[in-house]
Amino acid sequence: MQVKFKIRRFDPDTDRPASHFKDYELEMAEASTVLDGLIQIREDVDGTLALRCSCRSAICGSCAMRINGKGSLACNTKVIDAMPKDGGPIVVEPAGNMKVIKDLVTDFAPFWDKVRAVQPWLQNSGPEPEAEYVAPNEDMLHLAGVMSCIMCGACVSDCTVLEVDSSFLGPAALAKAYRFVGDPRDDADNDRLSALNEASGIWDCTRCMQCVEACPKGVDPMGRIMSLRDKAMQAGFTNTNGARHATFFTNSVGHKGWIDEFQLPIRSKGVTNVKEMLKLIPVGIRAAKAGKVPNPIHKAIPGVDNVRRIHDKVEKNR
Amino acid sequence: MFDHDVLIIGAGLAGMRAALSARQNGVDVAVVSKVHPVRSHSNAAQGGINAALQDRGDDWRDHAYDTIKGSDYLGDQDAIEIMCREAGEEVITMENFGVIFNRDEEGRLGTRAFGGQRQARTFFVADFTGQALLHVLYEQIMRAGVRVYEEWFILSLIVEDGRCAGAVLMEIRSGDIHVVRAKAVIMAAGGIGRVFEPSTNALICTGDGMSLAYQAGAELMDMEMVQYHPTTLQGSGVLITEGARGEGAYLLNSEGERFMERYAPNMMELASRDVVSRSEQTEINEGRGINGCVLLDCRHLGEQVIRERLSQIQEIARDFANVDITKEPIPIQPGMHYQMGGIKTDIDGQTAVPGLYAAGEVACVSVHGGNRLGANSLLDTLVFGRRSGQHASDAVKSISHANVTDASADADRENIQGLLSNAEGGPMFGALRHEMGKTMNDNLAVYRDQQGMETALSDIREVRERYRSVYVPDKGKTFNTNLLFTIELGFMFDCAESVAVSGLERKESRGAHTRTDMPDRDDENWLKHILVKNSVDGPALEHLPVVITDWKPEVRSY
Repeated sequence: MQVKFKIRRFDPDTDRPASHFKDYELEMAEASTVLDGLIQIREDVDGTLALRCSCRSAICGSCAMRINGKGSLACNTKVIDAMPKDGGPIVVEPAGNMKVIKDLVTDFAPFWDKVRAVQPWLQNSGPEPEAEYVAPNEDMLHLAGVMSCIMCGACVSDCTVLEVDSSFLGPAALAKAYRFVGDPRDDADNDRLSALNEASGIWDCTRCMQCVEACPKGVDPMGRIMSLRDKAMQAGFTNTNGARHATFFTNSVGHKGWIDEFQLPIRSKGVTNVKEMLKLIPVGIRAAKAGKVPNPIHKAIPGVDNVRRIHDKVEKNR
Repeated sequence: MFDHDVLIIGAGLAGMRAALSARQNGVDVAVVSKVHPVRSHSNAAQGGINAALQDRGDDWRDHAYDTIKGSDYLGDQDAIEIMCREAGEEVITMENFGVIFNRDEEGRLGTRAFGGQRQARTFFVADFTGQALLHVLYEQIMRAGVRVYEEWFILSLIVEDGRCAGAVLMEIRSGDIHVVRAKAVIMAAGGIGRVFEPSTNALICTGDGMSLAYQAGAELMDMEMVQYHPTTLQGSGVLITEGARGEGAYLLNSEGERFMERYAPNMMELASRDVVSRSEQTEINEGRGINGCVLLDCRHLGEQVIRERLSQIQEIARDFANVDITKEPIPIQPGMHYQMGGIKTDIDGQTAVPGLYAAGEVACVSVHGGNRLGANSLLDTLVFGRRSGQHASDAVKSISHANVTDASADADRENIQGLLSNAEGGPMFGALRHEMGKTMNDNLAVYRDQQGMETALSDIREVRERYRSVYVPDKGKTFNTNLLFTIELGFMFDCAESVAVSGLERKESRGAHTRTDMPDRDDENWLKHILVKNSVDGPALEHLPVVITDWKPEVRSY
């Protein structure tokens, strides 16, 4: 089978700062992976191609890169699935949201700095146990879903928040944080949630789902971030834009059956927050000029009782 | 130049466990690894870690006996006793560090059955136990603030006045070469898997540590003992955990027969790995295979067991063999998996070179002898990693740094210049490595004989000769993996040659070393280790008696 690759190359020793695409065409077996192709290129065709890879079986997390624009592991992406139907090449680029060192090799130092920032180690203040901690198997099985994160960075590559704000802790570090908050053996939850509640933390996720899509291990980073938000609010960390936004949003739907768009930004910032209120005035004026100010009178929708029943049921089952 | 009390080469389980224990002992420790620690090959251990916990009614002596029998009586029993006695504490320590082991109904650590053992004593995290342990150890390394030289590559060990005094390292990102001075060096650089093609091992398992220690004067032991794992995927060699059989999966031949009945009627699929691999190979050789494979059948285990305990191999089978294990059996074959042999150490990790320690797969204590039991390798890395770290950190307290200068790196700089200036037209590393890997797999696999091993040895030497003119097309400084792989290939030859000469030396069949021309175990003449030492005339061989404490060799059947 003939397979075409288009690979983004960059070598700071020769072409700083430009990167460019280079095309390759290989004869490959049907069952081959994109990684097989890249290895074939660096061993037989062009020895200067640099990439990280090791285990070839999606456990070491070395070979995350963008394949056809999407964060993926090269080792578990089959060429037959990656080949565009129009006969075009498989486009291979370095992971996004990271500085490129050479070709497909990116700088992971910021990634690890963020992981380190969530203090990712078990913190238990009790006396050293004599044997193992006793913990329910369901809790451990649940955590196994997060622990199966291989720190490949595919989620970070595709995170749309990191594209505009490099200070965001990002999906991998936050999923790692969840692993401890969700661990019955860890009792630093309050400190952890308090820290995660700060700017660049759990409330900066826009829920775009890209990390969930990109994750090759089914870790569901965004779902973990949402769980952290729940846990933070349950623990009483309600004094943030995000928490206020979520509370007012829910209440507004619970009472009137739909969102009160007029009050939502005001309540999210906090009505007593004078500085933020003043900042909203020009926004309001611009919205008014464009005819986009929502109706300040928030009426209940017809059939609001049904919505209330759903709302109450969900609240009760939390 | 950098200075550290203890320098650890390799950041897998053995290296990081050594680093933690040395750090806790109050010395300055640094870890060097050619990949980020969580990319290390310890990741790939799937099934679990063995320990006989007394409060579960198990006894370390039973674990020791199973290990000794599994080793085909080549394991040193003093070392095995230590490993099995300290196993429980090590597993509990890892749990307390944060490993999320699967639990039983009371919320205590749960076990699964594993090969070659009469008790279910394998503690596990689904089927990614190695990854779970590795990531938690890295968490502890971060917590302890241990300095890690990530993506630094070792070029050579420095020996001054008969002591190991540091290492020459290349920072991969910049290509810069540095001397790191140390009062003790712990080699924990992993196995030699890629010397064979295919192998279950990661691409980084290139025997760097074994070769460098050998060149520095350490001895290699039990090198002929290469484990072929019974369940690997054809072609890629990707591993399917023994945990699958531990959970109850069957092995079937082309006639749908559970053929292990004929080879190991008591233990069936859970006989020792060497026994199962030989049985499979016999079935395949006698025409009861399917395209060079037999079948691993998980269907009857049910979706819940597969989801909760075998999730990773479900993914692997889907991604790499196109098989839904809940619906079809997986075609598998024996494949190169583990090197029982390695740098000879004592029970504290000390090698023949003062100041040089070794732990993990790179080392040979010897606790695995002729055949390692599944789930004993993780245990080996932790117990002997910790012991090496402890001993080295004690020892350095009364030692000062040797007189080492930047000139220690001169030979490596010259060597690299030499490689880079080889003329275009010479062979590239990939082709040479494939040739070596193929001859190793053709001639030093499950079944061996004199002629095959001689062929392998002459092939290795011939490839090594051509390596002298190897061409390195990438001349850059930044992340020059082409140069690295070429240097790694140089390390691999020492390992390959040691396997072949040791195999030729052992004139019997024992454990993983099964000779069709000498099919019987010969305790009278060969209940001993084979040592390989580097000399001006090439590898020099010596013999060393096996340490027997309480368990006399018996006929081995499962």
